[in-house]
Amino acid sequence: MNKQAQQFEKVALPHLSAAYNLARWLVRDEHVAQDMVQEAYIRALKYFAAFKGGEIRPWLLGIVRNTCYTWLQGNRHAEDSYEFDEDRDSGAYAAVFGGTDNNPEAMLLSKQENSRVNFAISSLPPVFREVLVLRELEGMSYEEIAAVAGIPAGTVMSRLARARIMLRAELNCPIIKEGEI
Amino acid sequence: MKHQEDAELSALVKAKATRYEAPHALREKISAAMSHAEQPPKDHGTTSWLGWQQWMGMGVAFACGVMLSAVVVIFYSMSGQQERLAGQVIDGHVRSLMVAHLSDVISTDQHTVKPWFSGKLDYAPPVKDLAKEGFALVGGRLDYMDERPVAALVYQHKLHTINVYVWPVRDKSLSAEGTVSQHGFNVTFWQQEKMQYWAVSDLNGADLKRFAELLRKLPA
Repeated sequence: MNKQAQQFEKVALPHLSAAYNLARWLVRDEHVAQDMVQEAYIRALKYFAAFKGGEIRPWLLGIVRNTCYTWLQGNRHAEDSYEFDEDRDSGAYAAVFGGTDNNPEAMLLSKQENSRVNFAISSLPPVFREVLVLRELEGMSYEEIAAVAGIPAGTVMSRLARARIMLRAELNCPIIKEGEI
Repeated sequence: MKHQEDAELSALVKAKATRYEAPHALREKISAAMSHAEQPPKDHGTTSWLGWQQWMGMGVAFACGVMLSAVVVIFYSMSGQQERLAGQVIDGHVRSLMVAHLSDVISTDQHTVKPWFSGKLDYAPPVKDLAKEGFALVGGRLDYMDERPVAALVYQHKLHTINVYVWPVRDKSLSAEGTVSQHGFNVTFWQQEKMQYWAVSDLNGADLKRFAELLRKLPA
């Protein structure tokens, strides 16, 4: 491994989960998300020489984001045909802090709540989904999100406000699936 | 009014939306891809057979080799036993995040977490809360390390999860403390009052070290 790759690995790998989380929310598929992250990391390594210090996380997530958008543009059907999938949207993969104890009923209720929130966020358009995910799940500042998305911080704020309105609307009209009582 | 609604919605999203953890396989794939990374392209404009840039490149490569072997030497100077434990600790950490089984007892109260272990272990792990310092205790669970059931204490710093494994020192000949870094995870271990502590996280090395120092200083 050359020195640059070594240095890159040292600073970029700790942000792998943030990168994967963003990709996973943008492309909404775990396998595609893995491919996106891998591609983005390889690209980021190539550009690493041109990276002039500063915060690595927004820079890296910006590359992840662009990789995902390129994929989304080439796969518009994936954007249109998004439907609720119990396994995927139930949050069963990583609902780490569900606030449950070992009470099965509470666990089930919490799972349902997880899927409701996950699905509501998933159905927002990507530009609103990403600001929400970066803000609430990655705890990033407006400036950092602006750097990731390549937009002014003011736009981040207005998108976030809009995302919240849309999310509130989604959450207030629960989806009724076929066959559900 | 609107502020409060936003805060509630924000809390709901934080609590209920899934933050997907990168699968371990992806981490390994990327590590492997990095180690096969090509050398940056060289300038072929020079006419000499071996331009100064190539010589520079060789110098850098040599320096890297020296550095790498220093790292290898440091790594191997850890005993095989500790290396094995560090691997177990990282695996345990990754597993705990993967299978939605981070905590058996979820509580931010050390007086709830500590008694939970009694009857489950043949020792009482010291449980300390560092919420004021930014490392909140969020729960505990049983795990299996070093061929015995051990206590795993779960802390959170911002959005990073820290697992601290605590169990009694068995082999006194092992060196008492050190740090390891593998696949983007940092591990810090130390001994204190006949207990060994292994803290692991994807948190950066400096913050994890600060956490370990705070934990060591705090009386049980």
